Amino acid sequence: MGSSATSHMGDRVFKGLTLAMALSVFVLIILIGFELAHGSSTAIRQFGWRFLISSDWDPVNEKFGALPFIFGTLVSSAIGLLIAVPLSIATAVYLTELAPLWLRQPLTMFIELLAAVPSVILGLWGIFVMVPWLSGHLFPLLQKYLGFLPLFQGAIYGPSIFAGGIIVAIMILPIITSVSREILRSVPGLQREAAYALGATRWEVTRIAVLSYAKKGLFGAVILGLGRALGETMAVTMVIGNSPQIVKSLFAPGYTLASVVANEFSEATTDTYLSALFEIGLVLLGVTVLVNALAQLLLKTFAGPGVKPQN
Amino acid sequence: MQPMPNATVEPKSDPAKVAAVTARSLSIFFGNHAVLKNVSIDIGARAVTAIIGPSGCGKSTFLRSINRMHELNPDARMEGEIRLFGDDIYSRDVEPVVVRRRVGMVFQKSNPFPTMSIAENVTVGLRLNGERNKKILASRTEESLRMAALWDEVKDRLHAPAISLSGGQQQRLCIARALAVQPEVLLMDEPASALDPLATQKIEDLIIELKKDYTIVIVTHNMQQAARSSDFTAFFYLGELVEFGPTTRIFTNPVQKRTEDYVTGRFG
Amino acid sequence: MTVSNHHWRKAINVFMQALTFVCAILVILPLLLVFFYLLKQGAGAVNWAFFTELPKPVGEVGGGMANAILGTFILILLASCLGVPVGVLGGVFLSEYRHRQLNWWIRFTADIINGVPSITWGMVVYALIVLPMKGFSTLAGGVVLGLIMIPLIMRTTEEVLQLVPNGYREAALALGIAQWRVIVQIVLRTALKGIVTGVMLALARVAGETAPLLFTAFGNAYWTHRLTEPIAALPLQIFNYAISPYDDWHRQAWAGALVLILLISGINICVRTLTRDRFSKRA
Repeated sequence: MGSSATSHMGDRVFKGLTLAMALSVFVLIILIGFELAHGSSTAIRQFGWRFLISSDWDPVNEKFGALPFIFGTLVSSAIGLLIAVPLSIATAVYLTELAPLWLRQPLTMFIELLAAVPSVILGLWGIFVMVPWLSGHLFPLLQKYLGFLPLFQGAIYGPSIFAGGIIVAIMILPIITSVSREILRSVPGLQREAAYALGATRWEVTRIAVLSYAKKGLFGAVILGLGRALGETMAVTMVIGNSPQIVKSLFAPGYTLASVVANEFSEATTDTYLSALFEIGLVLLGVTVLVNALAQLLLKTFAGPGVKPQN
Repeated sequence: MQPMPNATVEPKSDPAKVAAVTARSLSIFFGNHAVLKNVSIDIGARAVTAIIGPSGCGKSTFLRSINRMHELNPDARMEGEIRLFGDDIYSRDVEPVVVRRRVGMVFQKSNPFPTMSIAENVTVGLRLNGERNKKILASRTEESLRMAALWDEVKDRLHAPAISLSGGQQQRLCIARALAVQPEVLLMDEPASALDPLATQKIEDLIIELKKDYTIVIVTHNMQQAARSSDFTAFFYLGELVEFGPTTRIFTNPVQKRTEDYVTGRFG
Repeated sequence: MTVSNHHWRKAINVFMQALTFVCAILVILPLLLVFFYLLKQGAGAVNWAFFTELPKPVGEVGGGMANAILGTFILILLASCLGVPVGVLGGVFLSEYRHRQLNWWIRFTADIINGVPSITWGMVVYALIVLPMKGFSTLAGGVVLGLIMIPLIMRTTEEVLQLVPNGYREAALALGIAQWRVIVQIVLRTALKGIVTGVMLALARVAGETAPLLFTAFGNAYWTHRLTEPIAALPLQIFNYAISPYDDWHRQAWAGALVLILLISGINICVRTLTRDRFSKRA
């Protein structure tokens, strides 16, 4: 029969074991930070702050500046958010408030399937289907009607910052939609009932009782989407053109922080080159950690335990 | 206040003389809130003691302090003493696990383990404490199910999932599960409150049978149930033990006015 | 409220319903298009050779992705060896032992790590394993995917364990069973299905990861025989073929993508069906 002494020992060992495994997350985050900082040390010493504001990316002459990539990442993420946020939130509203009940489950399932599509597959589709269609149809159309804006001027190749932005939008649609859905669902029924009792239409109930209550949480969902957009790698790499330049035209090829690492890391010939790429990774890490921390704080303080962790 | 004979605390001297559960100046706090205040009581062996009182009076907390289950609340704090057949169950060298093997508990909502069969549920306490002998397990299964008045109904399907039983049967299964580890005292926290009258009747008959061999302490908000099935009754109010005595006296001729008000339905 | 106002409000209501419906359709449109093209381009390219042959040398037509398919399975198996024990046990701690402050920080950190771009993990493992070993390896690929899995599985395990009603824990503790046994033999056993589905979802997720493998597993044109050798993987192969100039490789990239998406969707649909009861209760 198990004596109390051995069960006490068993309890302590088990708790210690599970605690150690749980603490591994702290080890992980320190590990990432440390390794990237360590790897970038050469570049940091050599280039200092100029790294972030120089647009000179010249591996041959060992000159490295990250500005084109920062620009590319910011612009593609901005385009992605501009397209995805209204669509996602509208969809989330439709799914939770306005859609007929029989339609909700199937639609939700579709969106979750989209979330499961790996970046590389979307990129494949992007190269061979989306980009040709864009350069053959949408881009010329935009240039024809909106060509007075410098954004829509310039030569159309196909692979471009705009294409990168669109594909980022597609990748972040599912996560913003599903987190927004959880947020909207967690709005207490009492709020809705109060509005209905005033004779409001379904849309008015949504507007008055749900959306305004959920503002903070929805903002958190958007920031989460931003975090995801900043780090999007494969699909963007495959359609953005991979040219480190800062140009006003959206039709011009661009380059993001994640893409340059993906393309050039295994080809980096010198220590400085590799270190510069590590530093780019460090910048990317720093930015995504900050954005994600902000998103998590917003989501946790709004919805509490009702919101699932999204990844 | 407790006309209980033989209320000595000599450890294991004479089973008939030592009360099953004695509490002395027991106070329990959750954080700063005092849930039980200075409770002293001697609960007799081989009898049914009912704990009654309005909601929030501390009766469940008192029950759970007997098997140290109130400690599951991280803010719980305890003062005073509880002895089980003379042994101090809160002394420094006593593990809660040991206390819980001597004291069994049946809960308000029946909770047979869903991934186990009927037989596995009955023997889970034995098996997880190391018992491997198949003969002992089988005989204990039958014995406990008979004592719980469930054997005839399930003897042909001992390996069926426990959740295939009805609500009342599940509760009797939980009683069998608690009895299988042969506890010295059986605690019951409103065991029939979630059951229909027929199932409730079966549980009450069961309790009267069990008291021949076990000490039973039962919390109930159903005064008729307390009057029907218990030998002694303790009336709690706002964390204090107001009155304790033979059930017949508590219900027909209580000493304290508060007790009289409660049992006659003036409040609660 | 005048009559005209009432009509106006009704009109807006209908309009918004239509508008949000259109948005919903736009959201699932890319999915439909992707699947359509995958089937169109990929179905024709998937043949027996695809599953059984190694890639042919550059420029030659034919060959398959047999090594990449196997490679993906090997990598996610290795990843599970790291990710599952650490993730599940960590999730057990978060669920079963209440330390409010500590648990909040662990959860917060895990959620942040879940949002970090996977390519940074590739760089970390490159520095940790590839450089000291002086070469790309299967081990490095397995480790990087495993590291990504840890915080994923930790959070899903915690979530699932929280769904086990407290009554079972209390009943088991009241029987005098030691707490660690209660957790392992009662709680975990009750939650087993949920934990398995959480692991399966994590596997589906890392099976599609490309970026971290770019400089850890690296890819291989042949069969891999040792943990210390580089290994091919489906997503890697798809990427390399897609950006190449060869038509036949493009065709094979579509085939590989179809196989990969079927694998991942298969796991996801399996999981949804298994947990359908749980979800319908929440809705």
